[in-house]
Amino acid sequence: MPEKKKKLDTMRALILVGGYGTRLRPLTLSRPKPLVEFANKPMLLHQIEALVEAGVTEVVLAVSYRAEQMEKELGEEAKKLGVNLIFSHESEPLGTAGPLALARDVLSSSNDPFFVLNSDIICDFPFKELVNFHRNHGREGTIVVTKVEEPSKYGVVVYGEGGRINSFIEKPQEFVSNKINAGMYILNPSVLNRIKLQPTSIEKEVFPGMAQDGELYAMELQGFWMDVGQPKDFLTGMCMYLASLRQKSPGKLYSGPGIVGNVLVDPTAKIGEGCRIGPNVTVGPGVILEDGCCVKKCTLLKGATVKEHAWLEGCIVGWRSVVGRWVRMEGTTVLGEDVIVKDELYINGGQVLPHKSIATSVPEPQIIM
Amino acid sequence: MLKAVILIGGPLKGTRFRPLSLDIPKPLFPVAGLPMIQHHIEACTRVPNLGEILIIGSYPTSDLHQFVQDMTQMYGLSIRYLQEFTALGTAGGMYHFRDQIRSGSPECFFIMNGDVCADFPLQDMAKFHISKHSLVTVMATEATRQQSLNYGCMVLKKGGEVDHYVEKPSTFVSTLINCGVYIASSDIFQTMADTFYANQQQEKLLQLNGNGKDPAYMSFEQDVLMRLAGSDRLFALPVTTWWSQLKSAGSAIYANRHYLALYRQSQPARLCAAVHGKCHIIGDVYIHPTATVHPTAVLGPNVSVGANAMVGPGVRIRESIVLAEAQIQAHSIILHSIVGRGSRVGEWARVEGTPCDPNPDKPFAKMENPPLFNTNGKLNPSITILGTCVSLTAEKILLNSVVLPHKNLTRSFKNEIIL
Repeated sequence: MPEKKKKLDTMRALILVGGYGTRLRPLTLSRPKPLVEFANKPMLLHQIEALVEAGVTEVVLAVSYRAEQMEKELGEEAKKLGVNLIFSHESEPLGTAGPLALARDVLSSSNDPFFVLNSDIICDFPFKELVNFHRNHGREGTIVVTKVEEPSKYGVVVYGEGGRINSFIEKPQEFVSNKINAGMYILNPSVLNRIKLQPTSIEKEVFPGMAQDGELYAMELQGFWMDVGQPKDFLTGMCMYLASLRQKSPGKLYSGPGIVGNVLVDPTAKIGEGCRIGPNVTVGPGVILEDGCCVKKCTLLKGATVKEHAWLEGCIVGWRSVVGRWVRMEGTTVLGEDVIVKDELYINGGQVLPHKSIATSVPEPQIIM
Repeated sequence: MLKAVILIGGPLKGTRFRPLSLDIPKPLFPVAGLPMIQHHIEACTRVPNLGEILIIGSYPTSDLHQFVQDMTQMYGLSIRYLQEFTALGTAGGMYHFRDQIRSGSPECFFIMNGDVCADFPLQDMAKFHISKHSLVTVMATEATRQQSLNYGCMVLKKGGEVDHYVEKPSTFVSTLINCGVYIASSDIFQTMADTFYANQQQEKLLQLNGNGKDPAYMSFEQDVLMRLAGSDRLFALPVTTWWSQLKSAGSAIYANRHYLALYRQSQPARLCAAVHGKCHIIGDVYIHPTATVHPTAVLGPNVSVGANAMVGPGVRIRESIVLAEAQIQAHSIILHSIVGRGSRVGEWARVEGTPCDPNPDKPFAKMENPPLFNTNGKLNPSITILGTCVSLTAEKILLNSVVLPHKNLTRSFKNEIIL
């Protein structure tokens, strides 16, 4: 009991980090997905920083594999941010609800509501508004919803005036709503009573019951939102993120000769003469862009090199990879860590595993083992 | 005195060379910086005692006029174009103009098909021809068993006499093939006359005049060589120097490479030096003196750049022909392609083809001329060709495609023919 009192003013969050991030391979073969840099910052750090901003001081990371590298790297960042990280290891995959039961002791150590996040989400995190919205309706849970253009691809959320959710409809054939679950929630500890410690889906097995009881509300997200769990969406999300950066803090974006549109450049990167960089490019630390290269809608990770006159569009270039002179790369090509693409080649939609040296063109999408 | 006849056919022939032959007669298409048949003319000028070159074909005189004038001036030799009133076949044209060929009483004369390219061994042929008292001597080369079926095949006796000759057999006969280059004595016109009258006679008898060919049509291969085989008056000289047909546009890149290699042997001054004042050169490269090439461009191996062409900063060109007045803009890359006259390739664009060279692991393999489409109806990958005045927008890719003249391409194309 005295311990509970001590933690009374602590806001908590649980992030569903989950498994190996296979959808973001070959990048996740070298680095756990939460550590893959999105706009020059590990994906998970975007979320942790936003949570800290909203007053969260304790974050549970629900992981289903041993994550020493993650603990080490994120631990340092967490210290700087003054947030307490707790790693919660699942010995078997517990779905999207099971990890909450596993972390029950931490999450129920006060009566304050806690946040739950899917780890692949990038948006203007609305955590402060979410807390206020949640306290105002006074029910057990609130989920953030976002508008999509083609709702029939997703499960949509149907709710009434004030946001009270009526139902969830999986892949509706006729239009009922254009709002989908954005993968961010705030829940009262009482919700934990609805979850058993076994593989459970929060979307399919917990939320419908809460909605039926009138205990679940929806809050509409303003601004951009993207699930960046796979390469194509990773790049689309990056475009959205950079556009939002242009609105909120344009000073963080780079400008200079040859820079077109929204471009983020680490100060330790080098850009040669006669390049055309942008729109929508992220250049990581130590990256070298040689003279006369053209890069559009790409993420270049730490230590990558793009040689002279190369042309890249819609690519992710892995850590320390080298793209040769006059190479053309497009079609959501993803180079893993330390890949070498020889001069003058054409790579279209190639997914190249780490430490490969590519000596012949890949004109059609292909995985290169 | 010797003479030479270059047979160039007419505008109805050489369709496989489209779209490059759509606005320039195929015999004038530049390979290694020179019109195709200028290589023939140059080979002739190296033969001492060669008095005149006659070009026979059915192209309008106006098409050849400037070229013939330039050649006459450049080589100080009598060069004339004789226009057939209609396509008369490889022998029919010569027979029609027999008086022109015989005037001045040459001992013998070379006959060269315009659509072959080679390191022409004309002097060796003349020596051999004279020593054998031959009527016609055929330049011959080795082919693979399979490829021999596309050519005229010969079987020789020990002394070089052609014992058997067959044109494009359906079953294997011999790997020794006819190169389309000959030396003949004037007496050949007697053989032609015999054939001519025999054909006329047959024509009258059978009233065959419905096959669409002129009654004076005569093929040198079918009507003359086949008739002479086994008579001990037809000889062949097998050679091992480079030789290729130049039928499809794709073979132009191959021919370009070989003619450049011949320059390296015989006239290295024509090639750009490795440390060229203009740009970075790799291997054999020909740049016309009036072309502008930026110092940061990298060219070669096996590249020809035509008159007044412009190659911008940071451009990369390999295994390609860039024709006159073409503009290749900054950072673009051209591989295994032909860029037509006055065409424009935008910044950071990529023009790339797939080479269809002879298999280097097969001795004697010749250039294949595969059909345009494969059995699935898909375009066979080949070199990329931009016709005259085609423009490719910046940053686009053109892969294994053929573009007809005057197209403005604003998106990327792969494996397409663009009409």
